[in-house]
Amino acid sequence: MHEFRVQVGPAAFRIGSQWKRPLDQLAELYRDYPVPAIPDYSVRLESVSLLRRFVRPSVAINGDYMLPDAAPLPLAQGLLAAEMAMNLQMALGWRRHLLLHASAVEKDGRALIMTGQSGSGKSTLAAMLGHRGWRFMGDEFVLVDLETGDAVPFPRLISLKNEAIGAMMATALDGRFGPLMPETPKGDIRHLVPPADAIAAMSRPARPALLLFPSFGFDPAVREVAASEVFMRLTQASTNYVTLGEKGFSALTRFVQTVPARAIDYRDGLEAEDLVNRLWAECT
Amino acid sequence: MTASPSIKYKAEPADQILVAPLDSLTLVYQRRSGITHIVAEPAPEILAIMGADALTVEEVAQRLAAQFDFDSTQAKDIITARLNELADLGLVERCHA
Repeated sequence: MHEFRVQVGPAAFRIGSQWKRPLDQLAELYRDYPVPAIPDYSVRLESVSLLRRFVRPSVAINGDYMLPDAAPLPLAQGLLAAEMAMNLQMALGWRRHLLLHASAVEKDGRALIMTGQSGSGKSTLAAMLGHRGWRFMGDEFVLVDLETGDAVPFPRLISLKNEAIGAMMATALDGRFGPLMPETPKGDIRHLVPPADAIAAMSRPARPALLLFPSFGFDPAVREVAASEVFMRLTQASTNYVTLGEKGFSALTRFVQTVPARAIDYRDGLEAEDLVNRLWAECT
Repeated sequence: MTASPSIKYKAEPADQILVAPLDSLTLVYQRRSGITHIVAEPAPEILAIMGADALTVEEVAQRLAAQFDFDSTQAKDIITARLNELADLGLVERCHA
């Protein structure tokens, strides 16, 4: 079994694989990240059967936390399998912070957090802003410190899907991209290494200052979101709110009571950037 | 549901719940169950005025009327309905005499 280790924000991963290639890809893309001595999570990329290790190799995701009905992926999508497995460990296992399914960027020590359904554009927006004057903090999870309420970065590889791939190749001209993986269960996927400042500052938290619910594909609009609606939507966006019990309640309540929230509609990245900058100036 | 005069209601002890008013809705976290309830007025007000006492609907109505400006006799049905909803959530206990 081949092995690769990486530290992303506060979480340390060990990824084992029966194949070398996905780990070589991970090692190249994560080459600027710290290598942890003691992992929090172990993930294994294993063949579905002995035969399928060699014939039309198919990668099953195993690890400390697993979904029993997760479909295996072809070996060509082994990098995606590893990333999905790492996300799964966080979603199902992380207890040290309140975990929100959201993206985040930082400016002047304050965090802009974006959450929404898949396809809302939160990941692409964070990636774009991270290349346009903001510090990228993460495109998948925001970790809320249970004591201070700060947002803790989790700047894993940026997972670009479909149209976002071309958009970010045009924006991040010096960016380091992983291999294009066409026709995955989530469409075309290509990973982008976060900017160097995001990796260097991945242990530096930021105070949440604005929460956005972006919706891509609509005429530009801004709407205030009531605290009770924010609370309900964030409980849905958190995989560990219930598990954390009272600590989760206190952290989320404080977040909702102190962070202004807006829903924004936008048609393209530049429009979104204008809206974000305007709201940022108003709310911070 | 109409409350029998013999039924008294007792709220979850104050040290067993965390209450966070948001806007028109209020969050009530129950330590015993680990469940977060989202309630609208007058439910939070009812929980607050009940204190640690076992009270009839009339007594709850009188306490509320002392703090808020309304006719306690007319509000009895509404308060009964809210008390029964809170009882169904486990935030209020029905005590039969």
